[in-house]
Amino acid sequence: MDAVFLTFVFVLTIFLGFELISKVPSTLHTPLMSGSNAISGITLIGALASLQTDNHFFATVLGTLAVIFATINVVGGYAVTNRMLEMFKKKDDGGAK
Amino acid sequence: MSTSALAINFAYVISAALFIFGLKMLSSPATARRGNMVSAIGMLLAVVVTLFAQGLDYKWILLGMVIGSAIGLVAAYKVEMTSMPEMVALFNGFGGVSSLLLAWGEYHENPDLSVFIAIVASLSAFIGGITFTGSMIAFGKLSEKIPSKAIIFSGQHIINAAILISAAVCTGLFAANPQNLYAVFVVIILISLVFGVTSVIPIGGADMPVVISLLNSYSGLAACAAGFVIGNNILIVAGALVGASGIILTRIMCKAMNRSLSNVLFSGFGAITQAAGDGPQGEIKPATAEDVYYILEAADSVAFVPGYGLAVAQAQHVTRELGDLLEENGTEVMYAIHPVAGRMPGHMNVLLAEANVPYDQLVEMDDINPRMDSVDVCVVIGANDVVNPAALEDESSSIYGMPIIETHRAKTVIVLKRSMNPGFAGIQNALFFAENARMYFGDAKASIQALIAEFKGSD
Repeated sequence: MDAVFLTFVFVLTIFLGFELISKVPSTLHTPLMSGSNAISGITLIGALASLQTDNHFFATVLGTLAVIFATINVVGGYAVTNRMLEMFKKKDDGGAK
Repeated sequence: MSTSALAINFAYVISAALFIFGLKMLSSPATARRGNMVSAIGMLLAVVVTLFAQGLDYKWILLGMVIGSAIGLVAAYKVEMTSMPEMVALFNGFGGVSSLLLAWGEYHENPDLSVFIAIVASLSAFIGGITFTGSMIAFGKLSEKIPSKAIIFSGQHIINAAILISAAVCTGLFAANPQNLYAVFVVIILISLVFGVTSVIPIGGADMPVVISLLNSYSGLAACAAGFVIGNNILIVAGALVGASGIILTRIMCKAMNRSLSNVLFSGFGAITQAAGDGPQGEIKPATAEDVYYILEAADSVAFVPGYGLAVAQAQHVTRELGDLLEENGTEVMYAIHPVAGRMPGHMNVLLAEANVPYDQLVEMDDINPRMDSVDVCVVIGANDVVNPAALEDESSSIYGMPIIETHRAKTVIVLKRSMNPGFAGIQNALFFAENARMYFGDAKASIQALIAEFKGSD
């Protein structure tokens, strides 16, 4: 794809990201960080697409390693974020149970 | 573009929208959990549609995803809440290294890169490599596997500058002739791995909130660069969102310490300790569990101020128990949290949430300070520099200008502390010698348990 077009997408998304995140309260900074960290495992998509049947063996090894690490990042990241957010409770929904 | 490739790309647009909605929902505690789900569904959708692409080698994909999911799930469910900072650092590093590997694999397969792609491939590998080793060092420091204090070596700035310049030179060389310079690409990778170590190792433990935020941002930018390499929009969008969020968190953390980013990254703060006997001196007033009990028992409002010491002592559950007892006694209970308390942004909030403290009892620094004069008792648990009044009064102090929780203005301050050792910044705390302060020495958990016993004994 056209480099200019991709750069366009990149710059607009950075601005969108600034707008979205600046509203997060400090209580949620840790879940935000681990949740966005899980999103950064998006490299998984690229790693999956790179594992073609006609690859050289070494490229396949690199691709498989990339899939492993990215999957840890994605699965672990979402799971741990969910575990944390599960604990955030308001008083009236029975905070101390 | 073939029809199937077109369909896949449209599905990516939906994924991107789900990521954006998910992040937006993360901005309120009430919707945050659903937000994380929405974002996870976006990821799942992206993964599933990618698998419909033609010519994929499914056995390797399956192998990689099974191993990765197993490790990720076990790690996510086994980790203690107090160890959350190092877990986030670890996952973050893995994201970085996968961007590095992806760029490398793409280059290995198609060495005939255009100048633009060669540059972004180098960037992806370089940022990915820094993220990887930098996060591993952060992981080591946070889990105390390596000393968490700032490790300074002579000529550090010169070495780091030399590393950066050589990386730039290598990238230039490589971009000019990528087909024939495989070795240079490997050198770029090696440089990045070394640079991750040399740039994070001089940063001390209490500055970790800044470092983790920054590495978080890097891992997003690495994914973004990888997206440029393979011409994939979803990597660019998701990576840029993470990059932006990491940068914002980094800025918030720096502001909460009143320091610039370059000061955090390059100064080796906390490595220089002041000479003994320097700083405020005076008489401290130790208190026993019984003394503290009487003070708390008579108080109308109590604010707990937790710090990293609470995490170390695993005292979050007993603190909540004490808070509950106080509430039963008719006392108003709050938890005042400094933005950089602990080892990662929001660390204390997570620990207290784990102990079932409802989030509406958590008060931010800017909300508690204006009404501090009306608070009867502040109980400082394992926090030091974030309550040091020198930050307000003493212009010569290294933390001068840092916003603090002004516990010294409360009617009484009780400081739970293991010993009189100074905090991370290596400076003695004038709060401990204040007229209204009482020191309650001991392990935070044991000390609070003793207070709970006093409360229960009096019934």
